[in-house]
Amino acid sequence: MNKKAITMADIKHQKVLLIWSGLIVIYGVIFHYLPLAGWLMAFQNYKPVTGLLHSQFIGLEKFQRLFSDVTFLRVIRNTLAMGVINLAATFIMAIVFAILLNEVTTQGGKKVVQTISYLPHFLSWIIVTGILHDALSGTGIINEVLVHFNLINQPINFFAHEKYFWPIVAFANVWKETGWNAIIYLAAITSIDPSLYEAAAIDGAGRWAKIKNVTLPGIKPTIMILLLMNVGNVLNAGFEIQYLLGNGLVQNVSQTIDIYVLKWGISQGDYSIGTAAGIFKSLVSIILIVIFNNIAKRHGEERLF
Amino acid sequence: MDSVGMKTMSAVKTKSITLEKTNTRRKHKKISGPDLAFRICNGIFMLLFVIITLYPVLNTLAISLNDGTDALRGGIHLVPRVFTWKNYQTVLEKDNLIAGAIVTVARTVIGTLLALVTNAILAFIVSRKNFMFAKPLSLFWVITMYVNGGLIPTFLLFKSLGLTNSFAVYVVPGMLSAFNMLVIRTYMRGIPDSLEESAQLDGAGYTTIFLKIISPLCKPVYATVALFVAVGQWNSWFDAMLYNRMRSDLTTLQYELMKLLSSVTNQSASAESMKNSTGTVTPTSVRAAATIITMLPIICIYPFLQRYFVTGLTLGGVKE
Repeated sequence: MNKKAITMADIKHQKVLLIWSGLIVIYGVIFHYLPLAGWLMAFQNYKPVTGLLHSQFIGLEKFQRLFSDVTFLRVIRNTLAMGVINLAATFIMAIVFAILLNEVTTQGGKKVVQTISYLPHFLSWIIVTGILHDALSGTGIINEVLVHFNLINQPINFFAHEKYFWPIVAFANVWKETGWNAIIYLAAITSIDPSLYEAAAIDGAGRWAKIKNVTLPGIKPTIMILLLMNVGNVLNAGFEIQYLLGNGLVQNVSQTIDIYVLKWGISQGDYSIGTAAGIFKSLVSIILIVIFNNIAKRHGEERLF
Repeated sequence: MDSVGMKTMSAVKTKSITLEKTNTRRKHKKISGPDLAFRICNGIFMLLFVIITLYPVLNTLAISLNDGTDALRGGIHLVPRVFTWKNYQTVLEKDNLIAGAIVTVARTVIGTLLALVTNAILAFIVSRKNFMFAKPLSLFWVITMYVNGGLIPTFLLFKSLGLTNSFAVYVVPGMLSAFNMLVIRTYMRGIPDSLEESAQLDGAGYTTIFLKIISPLCKPVYATVALFVAVGQWNSWFDAMLYNRMRSDLTTLQYELMKLLSSVTNQSASAESMKNSTGTVTPTSVRAAATIITMLPIICIYPFLQRYFVTGLTLGGVKE
């Protein structure tokens, strides 16, 4: 059927599907493809009055301005750094948590811990950053514990120092997503053939040996595919938390590409430069996805598309 | 596919239960030193994990039930020191929070229904094996996962479509998503073709097949997608800030919460004014109460829907 010519009978038979497809395509074009036309703005001296059609084309001038802007270069660095740190931290924590949770032998305890571990995922970044503010404030629990154990003399104002910002963001991501990200590894672990563990036990393998030789190889394909999916998103990982936690004192390390776009594009009204920055981000993301997809292909792992 | 997973899961379960039994039976002689050490360490790790996850939430609860000015002294952990309902009263008397709550509930209900219906229809269409455009239509959506216009073109488009300063901007643009479509599609592909074929022999059209045969079987995956969309709707604030900043009647709970957070950051200024009007409430304590109210519906619901989101993630992870 697939390769055969489409007949009138098919069209009549599939009329309902065709009508719905048509509507969905119209919707998709408007909301997902039409904004791509806006990329033209990056090559224009866009003015809302003249619009997309009549604004003056200026070639790559906006991109040149972008890359000679120290702030933008700093913003790229921040986005990449936080993206990589967050990815590494959340990734490793999720795998470790899944493996260790799997080793918990009391079923009830396992269930309770797992249920609790999902909770933060369902909370918005607004709530999470609010909670962080409380925990890290002068009278918050972190300072209290540190002072109590004499690790510091004075409470630290964590949000006033640049060196704390990236670790705080990484911790927040780990806190929020570890349990959620572990779901898929736990599912992968359950599908490992139990006889492998029995065989390992007969060979005298202890817990660590079993984890190293059975569990980890068993979930390797899952780890690989998730890593691939996430690497492509490395530049997308930075908006809400940085926007909500950032302040004037740490803006050199807190601002990301998305915040730059929001600041220049929406608040300052320079749509062209904002769009140019957005295009840069999209292109880098797509290149990353393609590269990692090819690496995966070469190693015979599952692919994304 | 699902049932196989369930089988292995229950197999693993029974296995670990028997293991546990044998372990307890020969407790005094069989558990080796390293094994015991591992268990203890693992137990401590899990305990720490639970404490770190729950403490901030319980602490917020304690602060929300504590007198505001008193809370500023610090030292409140899990139990309020000077108990009061005043923070909650203040929250419930704030018009903007009430308006935000109404809009949030509305967008969650309407947005979830819209997203569910449209994603189900799309997934149904692209999972019909003999539909002529199934593949291209699928690709058309998968591309949107990787390429998008970005913030500013989208913003300008919504503006020119008249979506700014409207409720529609909350529910229409994000209605169809490639991820949700893929989750439902994967599930629908697992339904045997023979069901559709025999229905067609009985003269059923696609509408009947969708409504009467496929959809009833897809209830679990519909629940999954509904949960994902509902949580997203409940938690979003950025669209409210970006598109509906001027319309105080279209504000959302999370956006109001965000404004409260920034008022806490500039506490010294606003604390005084609030003190005068209500006596014992501070921005911190009010925000704690608003946070708890915002969290509550989610905390009450999610534990009962666990199996749905576990299914959804597994389906979404295995794309092709």
